[in-house]
Formats: sequence, structure tokens, C-alpha cells
Amino acid sequence: MNYQTKFKKIGDKVKIGLTGTAVLLILAILAIILLAVIAGGYKSLSWEFLSQPPRDGMTKGGIFPAIFGMVFSLILMLIAVVPVGVATAVYLHEYARPDFILTRLIRGAVNNLAGVPSIVFGLFGLGFFIQFIGNGIDRSLGQSGLFGQPCILWASLTLALMNLPMIIVATEEALRAIPQAERAGALALGATKWQTIRHVVLPQAIPGILTGVVLVVSRGAGEVAPIMFTGAAYYLPYLPKLPTDQFMTLGYHIFVMTTQSPDIDATVPIAMGATLVLLALTFSLNIIAIIIRSRTRSQLRKGR
Amino acid sequence: MEIRENRLEIKDFSLYYHRTKALEEISMDIPEKKVTAIIGPSGCGKSTLLRSINRMNEMIDGVLTEGRILLDAENIYDRSIDVVELRRKVGMVFQRPNPFPKSIYENVAFGVRMGENKQAKGRLEEVVERSLKEAAIWDEVKDRLQRSAMELSGGQQQRVCIARALAVEPEVILMDEPASALDPIATAKIEELIFKLKEKYTIVIVTHNMQQAARVSDQTAFLMLGKLIEYGDTATIFTNPKNKTTEEYITGRFG
Amino acid sequence: MSLQKKRFRYLGESLIEGNIKITAILAIIAVFLIFLFIMRESLPIFFSQEVMQEITFGKLFHGIEWQPVSDNPRFSMWPIILGSLKVTMIALVFAVPAAIGAALYSSEFAGPRLKEFIKPVVELLAGIPSVVLGFFALIIMASFLKSIFGWTYRLNAVNAGIALGFAVIPAIYSLAEDAINAVPRSFREAALGLGATPWQTATKVVLPAALPGVSAAVLFGMGRAVGETMVVLMAAGNAPLFSFNPLESTRTMTATIAAELGEVVFGGGHYHALFFIGLALFLVTFVINTVSWVLFDGLMNRLYGAKK
Repeated sequence: MNYQTKFKKIGDKVKIGLTGTAVLLILAILAIILLAVIAGGYKSLSWEFLSQPPRDGMTKGGIFPAIFGMVFSLILMLIAVVPVGVATAVYLHEYARPDFILTRLIRGAVNNLAGVPSIVFGLFGLGFFIQFIGNGIDRSLGQSGLFGQPCILWASLTLALMNLPMIIVATEEALRAIPQAERAGALALGATKWQTIRHVVLPQAIPGILTGVVLVVSRGAGEVAPIMFTGAAYYLPYLPKLPTDQFMTLGYHIFVMTTQSPDIDATVPIAMGATLVLLALTFSLNIIAIIIRSRTRSQLRKGR
Repeated sequence: MEIRENRLEIKDFSLYYHRTKALEEISMDIPEKKVTAIIGPSGCGKSTLLRSINRMNEMIDGVLTEGRILLDAENIYDRSIDVVELRRKVGMVFQRPNPFPKSIYENVAFGVRMGENKQAKGRLEEVVERSLKEAAIWDEVKDRLQRSAMELSGGQQQRVCIARALAVEPEVILMDEPASALDPIATAKIEELIFKLKEKYTIVIVTHNMQQAARVSDQTAFLMLGKLIEYGDTATIFTNPKNKTTEEYITGRFG
Repeated sequence: MSLQKKRFRYLGESLIEGNIKITAILAIIAVFLIFLFIMRESLPIFFSQEVMQEITFGKLFHGIEWQPVSDNPRFSMWPIILGSLKVTMIALVFAVPAAIGAALYSSEFAGPRLKEFIKPVVELLAGIPSVVLGFFALIIMASFLKSIFGWTYRLNAVNAGIALGFAVIPAIYSLAEDAINAVPRSFREAALGLGATPWQTATKVVLPAALPGVSAAVLFGMGRAVGETMVVLMAAGNAPLFSFNPLESTRTMTATIAAELGEVVFGGGHYHALFFIGLALFLVTFVINTVSWVLFDGLMNRLYGAKK
């Protein structure tokens, strides 16, 4: 081996090492954010912190209403987004002909929906759900300010719309993994198309749909821009009871405490704790999704 | 009561796939309670012809058909025909075993559960047992009916798939190279089974294995490039074919 | 006869299919409605006499000041357009090399085990809510960077851009990795067989073959960066200055909507101006994403041919 090729080889190693550094950088970013939030937030954590409402202008007390509101809105969001998302994926993968214009339009729409900025969803929620639908309902009922104002219902629907593509993509991926031979098997036994989907296809897609649900919950928990004008409140002295109430939610609460507080020094420790709670939640949800996915993949490999 | 010898009649049947002719005006009468084999080089359309008999070709986009296939004198391509009913009368076994990832019991019960036959639904356990016995797999699985069918060997899976098809009480069973993915022992078991099944069912089998066709079938059809070249008694086709191409294929000069 | 169509079955099946189809069409309706309603709320800028006394389309591009709440309100979008551009560019300068380097490493040089590890790491980064990234950049990172580099302004475009980069890296990575993985193995084998080193194979053969997909990934990341709200709202200092200096505070289009919509008079000029910004964002991201999608799809079709 002459010097030139040796030199080249070392050069190559250095360059490959550089791309490896990019991986390390990503790992480092993740680690630093995690460690910084844990280090800053763990002192605030306690049972009181999780179970008490904020006190003294949010400088003391806990974050319970924000957790409660978040769970409330996420449940409503799931009720809206899961059936629609799964049905859309089933249509695209099981019924639609791939080359039809309608199919392409739906795919294009889903893709574009995934790319719409989150704040634009917020604008839409305000303009459509609250101003148009909500006010419309109020007017027809001869009242005002019940539906035509920000509330959990509209915030959840806005979140649902925003997360629709994620459920569709996850479900479709799961449908794609099911061998065509099993559909053929069911049809050949005299099952109808819907029976085949209902009894053979969907049961196998459940882990994939579940992955989608987990990811959507995680994303929904952290999104602030779409809900800040459609239902989230700075501070509420009571817990929401109805979908037409406003709500506090964790992500928005963090934002409010770090940017809108008159006494930042007093609220930052609480905001740190809240951030830690939110991060722990989304982090564990994502890990759950990763585990479900790798399990189903290895099962698929074993089974067939 | 009229006794018809040919339950299944294919009359001038053509199939187009995106405007290419995959089957050309095929006519053949398939006798009842006999085994009819379809042979021919790969790509000759034998699987396509088989899948035309239960209209499974409809799963593929761009398929058009002409002509008729009659089951008990009813044209199965008529617009008034219910494909679901057709497929309950004409069962199918696929090239690769394709059990559902459910228990053995649920696999066999599937067709009945999906159907409207209240009687069969009422005595599901009986139906499952009878079907598994008919498919000669009962003894191997009777103690683990609730275990997943995916845990079985390939040959066992294929016999569960046959049992699954039998459970809906079909009249005709289509087999698409049912043993091509199996080892010789499993293959022998399937062939034995086919021999037994023809007492009750009309069987149409596609195979690329000529020895197999010679062993199991009563009638043989030889297909090439979408055309039916020769059709007749298996014994005649294999010992004294009328057509030169058939002879060349049988003697292994091509294919 | 026994094979005749069963009415009830036929009816049930088409009823179910119809319902599923209508549900699927909701996605189209949703995109259409989003466009329609954002449009509806921004149109008064063009047509309403009352609103046009306060703000017109021309005023949105006149001057260099965004000061909607003052005795003499000024609505020039230039400072916030510049802010969006500045922050997006900084984010991409930081995120593109990191994401594509990592994608190249994981698909070309990493062993299978390491590969299985890298993907979840990126997914976890993608899973961090943007409000948490914003919080991190605002409370922790900004002070740290300021103390190191001696910045005058703690919160500025660079600070926000870097944090935005965190949010954009996973998006670029996943698309770029898909594109690189789609390059057939035969390309690599051919190059290696001709005596090319792994590095040469990766950069001279694989990367060029995947280039449309990698460009799509960069565009996709750009769309994300332009549309991201919380990070820039919290970490950029929130001052709509017309300045090319990356170390001054800034404000993006998204952050402007988020910061001001809460305090605006419904139906007033300012309100409609904010919706117009939203419309612009919608259209810009729509175009960027569509181009990205077309590029990516074209690559996949070419590499997989008719199989797909």
C-alpha cells in the first residue's frame, strides 16, 4: 500500500467519523435537554405539586388543573380523531383504487394537512369552530356565549384535525403489513369485504393503530399553538366540568408561567417542574410507541 | 331428480388483463366428484383460470372477462350473482398456506361465523371437528384447538386451510398448487387427502408438477399461452396425447 | 336460485363502504375549509371599506414597521417576514448538516445494532413538545450561550434558530434516511466492486442517487421551520425589528399571530391582518410541502419503478 492510498483511507475514516459526530450531536441534544429539565425540575416535584391547584398568582402550589384539563381535552380529541383516522386509512388502503383521482386528492389532502403550521390550525379553530359553528349554534338556539367562545370542545377538535394525518399514516402502515393472502383467504371463504376488514384485517392492525394513538396523545399533550385561542385559559379557579368550559393545560401553562408572569423568578421553578412532568409524559409515550412497534415488527418476522 | 354429470362448465371464457388477453376462449366441462388438473408452463394462465371459477380475479384491478362459467347451469358471471354465495359453494386452497393469525378453532370456524347458516352456527364445534377430520388433521390438533394456527408446520397449516374451506360445505374445491410450498412428506399427505376428498367434492387443481397431476387427477387440461391446448382423461393425456405440443411438454422438452 | 344476490347483504356492504368513503373525504373538506376560513377572515383587507381605513393590502408591504397597537398603527409585514427567514435559515444551517450527516451515517456506515438505536433516538427528539424546546431555549440555553459568546441580547435569532433546529432535525432526518435507504443495494455493490471506498460510494453514488429525496427532506424541514410557533415565540425575543443582524431580537410571522391574536379587537383591522399572515403562512407551507412531496414521490417511483 503506498502513502497516497493510506492517506486517502485515513481521510475517509475522518469523514465517516464526521457523519458519526452528527449522530452524537443529536444524542447530545436529547441528553442535554432531558438532563437540564430533570435537574431544574425534580426539586419541584411532589404529590402536592401534582394534586394541588396553583396559588398566590401561580407562584406557589401545583399544576393539577393543568393536568386535569389536558387529560379532558385529549380524551375528546381521541374520540374525534381515532374513528375518522382509522376509517380514512381503511378507505385508502382497502377500498380505494390507487390511481383514482379521488384517492389522489385524499392523499394529497392528508399530506397537506400534515404540513399546515400549528398556529394556522389555531386560526382555523377560531374562525371556523368558534365564530362559524359555535356562534351559529348559539344563534339558532337564541342564546349567546355558550358555544361561540373558546372551550375544550373546540380546542380538542382543532387538535384532532391537526393530528388526523398521524393516525391515518400509522393505521395505513399497519394495514400494509398484513399479507394480501389473508384477505384473499377470507374472501375465498365467502366473507364479504367488510367482514374481511372487520374480522381479519382490523384485529391485526390494532397494534399499529395503538402506536398512532399513543403518538397522537403525546403530540396533543404538547401542542400549544392550536389551542391558545380555541379554549386554553391562563388561569381558572375551578376545574372544567363540561366540554363547553375553558380549560387549563400543561403546555400552555408552561408558556404562561415563563412568558406572562409578573414575577418570573417565583414562577420559573414551578414552570420547570411542569416542564419535567410534560416531558416525562411525552417521553414515556414515545418510548411505549417505539416498543409496540418493534414488538409487532419482530412478531411479523417470526410469524411469516 | 336430474343427475348432471358436469356441474361446472366453462364456455368460451376469455379474460383480459389491462387489454392483454390472458385467457382465450376456453371451453371445458369439469365433471362432478372427480379431480381435474390444470397443467402448463408458468405464465400460461392456469392460476388465472382457476381463480376465474370463484371470481377471485376481481381482487385485481383491470380484469375483464368474456364468455360464461356455469355452476349448476347458472352463469357465475351474470350480474345477478352474489359473489359471496358463489365463494361459499366454490372453496379455495392457496399456493402458500394462509391461515389467519387466530386459533386453529377460529380458523376453521371463520367461514361459518361469517355466513348466515344458523344451523351450522348452532353446532359450530361439531362442524369444526368434522372439517378437521375430513382434512385429516384432527388427530394432530385436537388437543390444541385454541393454540394459534401460525404455530403449526407448513403442511399442517395447509391442511387447516383445507379444513377451513370444507367447513362452509362447498361443492367445488379449487386448489392452486397446494403443495408447492411443502416438503415431500407433507405433499404426500395432501395428495392422499385429495384422493379422499373427491368422494364428496368436485376438485380442480393447478399444478406445475406433472407427476402430481398424473397421480391425483382423473382429467387433465393442458394450457399454454392462455389457450386450452388439450383436455381429456389423465391417462390419455399422459400416455397418448393427441397434440404435439402437449406431448413435448409432457415429455419435458420445454417448460 | 341459490346464487342470486342477497339484497340485505348488498345493501349493508355498500352502506358501510359509503360511510367509510365519506369519512375519508373529510380530509379533503378539512383542507378546503381551512383555506376557505383563513381566507374569509383575511378578505376584509381587500374589500371592507371600514377595515380598509385602518389597513389595506398595500400597507402590509409598505414601510418597515410592524406596530399594530399605537396611535398611528403600522402594519408592514417586512420585519416579521425577515424574522421568519432569518430564524429559518439559521435553523437549517444548523439542522441540515446534522440531520443528513446522521442519516448518511445510519444508513451507510452504522452496523445494524447501532442503526436500531439511532432511529428511536431521533424519534424521541421528535417527540419533545415545541413548548418544551422553547422553554429550554428561553430559560436555559439562552443564558448559557450569552455567557459564552457575550451576546448583548440574550434572546435573539441565533438562539431561536438553534432551538428550532432541534425541532427540525428529526423531520429532515427521517425523510432523508428513507430516500437514502431507497437507493438499491446494487448501486452500492457496483461502486464498491469498481474499487470505490465506502465514503466514495456513499457520497459519489448513493447521495447523488437519493438527491431529489434529500432535497425534499430539506424542503420539508424548511416548511416545518417556517410554521413552527412556540419555539420562536419563546426564544427569539419577540421584537419585530427590521434587522439583518442575527444577534438581535426578532419575531416571526407565526409568533406574531400567537403573540397578538389574544389581545386583538374581533373584526378590527389588526384581527384581519393577523389572519392574512396566517393565509400567507398556509400558502407558503402548502407550496413548500407540495414541492417536497412531488420530489420525494418522484424519487420513490423512479427507484422502485412500476412496483409501487
